[in-house]
Amino acid sequence: MNKVKIKIENLYKIFGPKAENYIQVVRDGTDKDELLAKYNHVLGLDNINLDIYDQSIQVVMGLSGSGKSTLIRHINRLIEPTEGVVLVDDQDVTRFDKNELLDFRRTRTGMVFQRFGLFPHQNIIENVKLGLSIKGVDKSESNETAMYWIDKVGLNGFEFKFPNQLSGGMQQRVGLARALATDPDILLMDEAFSALDPLIRSDMQDQLLDLQKNLKKTIVFITHDLDEALKLGDSIAILNGGKLVQNGKPEDILLNPADDYVEKFVQDVNRAKVLKVKSIMNKKNQPNDAPKINMNDSIESCLPTILETRATLSVVDDDNNIIGSISDKEVASILRSN
Amino acid sequence: MNIPEFLTVFPKMGKVDYLAFKKTVDGAFRQFSRAYGDSIESFFDPVLFFLVNLEKLLQNTPWPIVIMVFLLLIYYGSRSIYLTIGSLAAFLFIAYFGMWQDTMSTVSIIGVCTLLAIGLGIPIGILMSGSDRVRSAVVPILDIMQTMPSFVYLIPVVMLLGIGKIPGLLAIIVYAIPPMIRLTDLGIREVDKEVLEAADAFGANRMQKLFRVQLPLALPTIFAGINQTIMMALAMVVIASMIGVRGLGQPVLKAISNQYLTMGLLNGFAIVVLAVIFDRVSQSFGKRLQQHRAGSRE
Repeated sequence: MNKVKIKIENLYKIFGPKAENYIQVVRDGTDKDELLAKYNHVLGLDNINLDIYDQSIQVVMGLSGSGKSTLIRHINRLIEPTEGVVLVDDQDVTRFDKNELLDFRRTRTGMVFQRFGLFPHQNIIENVKLGLSIKGVDKSESNETAMYWIDKVGLNGFEFKFPNQLSGGMQQRVGLARALATDPDILLMDEAFSALDPLIRSDMQDQLLDLQKNLKKTIVFITHDLDEALKLGDSIAILNGGKLVQNGKPEDILLNPADDYVEKFVQDVNRAKVLKVKSIMNKKNQPNDAPKINMNDSIESCLPTILETRATLSVVDDDNNIIGSISDKEVASILRSN
Repeated sequence: MNIPEFLTVFPKMGKVDYLAFKKTVDGAFRQFSRAYGDSIESFFDPVLFFLVNLEKLLQNTPWPIVIMVFLLLIYYGSRSIYLTIGSLAAFLFIAYFGMWQDTMSTVSIIGVCTLLAIGLGIPIGILMSGSDRVRSAVVPILDIMQTMPSFVYLIPVVMLLGIGKIPGLLAIIVYAIPPMIRLTDLGIREVDKEVLEAADAFGANRMQKLFRVQLPLALPTIFAGINQTIMMALAMVVIASMIGVRGLGQPVLKAISNQYLTMGLLNGFAIVVLAVIFDRVSQSFGKRLQQHRAGSRE
């Protein structure tokens, strides 16, 4: 396991003119609806504790109004917390002074927005250069860096177009290139792919995973789409009404939902497609003579073989060592509980 | 029925009190104007110097050169050959009917007023857009500036500075600057919040946000403000002429008091022509700025 990159401790956010006065009320168990009805203040985040590991993709999921966009904005302090601590590499972001904060945003974090947030009056290369020019990097160097990232996201030849001349997917590639151009170690993605149509969205997800293989950034990814969360997340945190209700690996969320809210979220998911063989395999039985299947394959992909042969398959790791088995029994139990 | 007197006649201030009140205020202001009139006048000297010399330059340069320069500016601003030809016809008409000198006076005072209005209005608009408190203080002042009859605020100005170009210039600016301020404020406030948040997220400081995001994106709206300011300044030309500003307003004034219909019409027509040229040029320049900046989907 990597070390903890971002540590969020006892984070509260209450929106309203007298937010501080209501911390205690919230601590005593007042929930979002009650706080609004009784005190006319909006509860954004309610005692969030979350460890985000270095070089991992942490997905934060929830319905709209659950506080996920509020949470991500605390990491680069676009929103001031009412109380609590956000540690990045053991430095408390909430205690930064003005210049430290600007410096932190310029060098340590990059952000990608749902509606792209590109500058409509600047062309693509200028947009990608934004972070660099704010930092004061000289022109030839920033041009070179910008061109590298424009190339990386596949927008070669579009560098002198304006944002509204590009499609949504292309605009978000610009957004991604802009965020990566300053080489931050943390990438904040706020519903970055939610405004894109399904095919483009899937492409962008693949591209992000592909980039991440080499970049190894710490990515915080906000989404309301479970399929996206399951595809991207090393870990998935689920928010409801400002509270963190569960944080865990995708298969934990699917197999052991913490409460009704999470269960409702996951009930329509095709588990056979999302779950990997390794999460349901029988570790005790390690047959040598059975057909082999990789532990990272989806259950769905081994279904035809199991149905055809009615046999037990042996599960192998990436080095082809047999580490367990999977048979119709395990598959059936997973499909039945769906 | 017998109605008590205090219900039918408002218990107004006594005549003696009113006289004393008037005397105190007038006296105080007269004293103030005697004490500070000269220094206030000298404060405006640079503006006056600039205005006088611009007027001289326009009037003393041979007319074909002035017309050529104007036509070049009009073409550069509007990129419209029709507007340029139309303007040429209008200038020849104005000159033929002997209104050239007055027109140059008017152009110079409108030019100076517009520059001052831009120079003062944009910073005020920026301050306003940044703070709701400043805004709620400035808006009522702008309302007063636009609705108070010009003559009322001209009284103290004339008492202070006498009649002449500077009081006229002040009267025009007071009337013409509000749209500049309002539209700068509006333009900056209308900038997309997500774009601004993006600038924040990448660590832009206040000045970087202002010059890279807010002003460029507000520019089309600011240009609409400049256009409005020019139009309102032209509308004040006749009133300004009453306190001694030379230009197309003076013959109009003369025409009213003497019932010279032709003279009134001709000079009025010249003002309209100037207004149309200023309007079309500044509008199409603003529009082009917008198109070029935003690009268009192909």
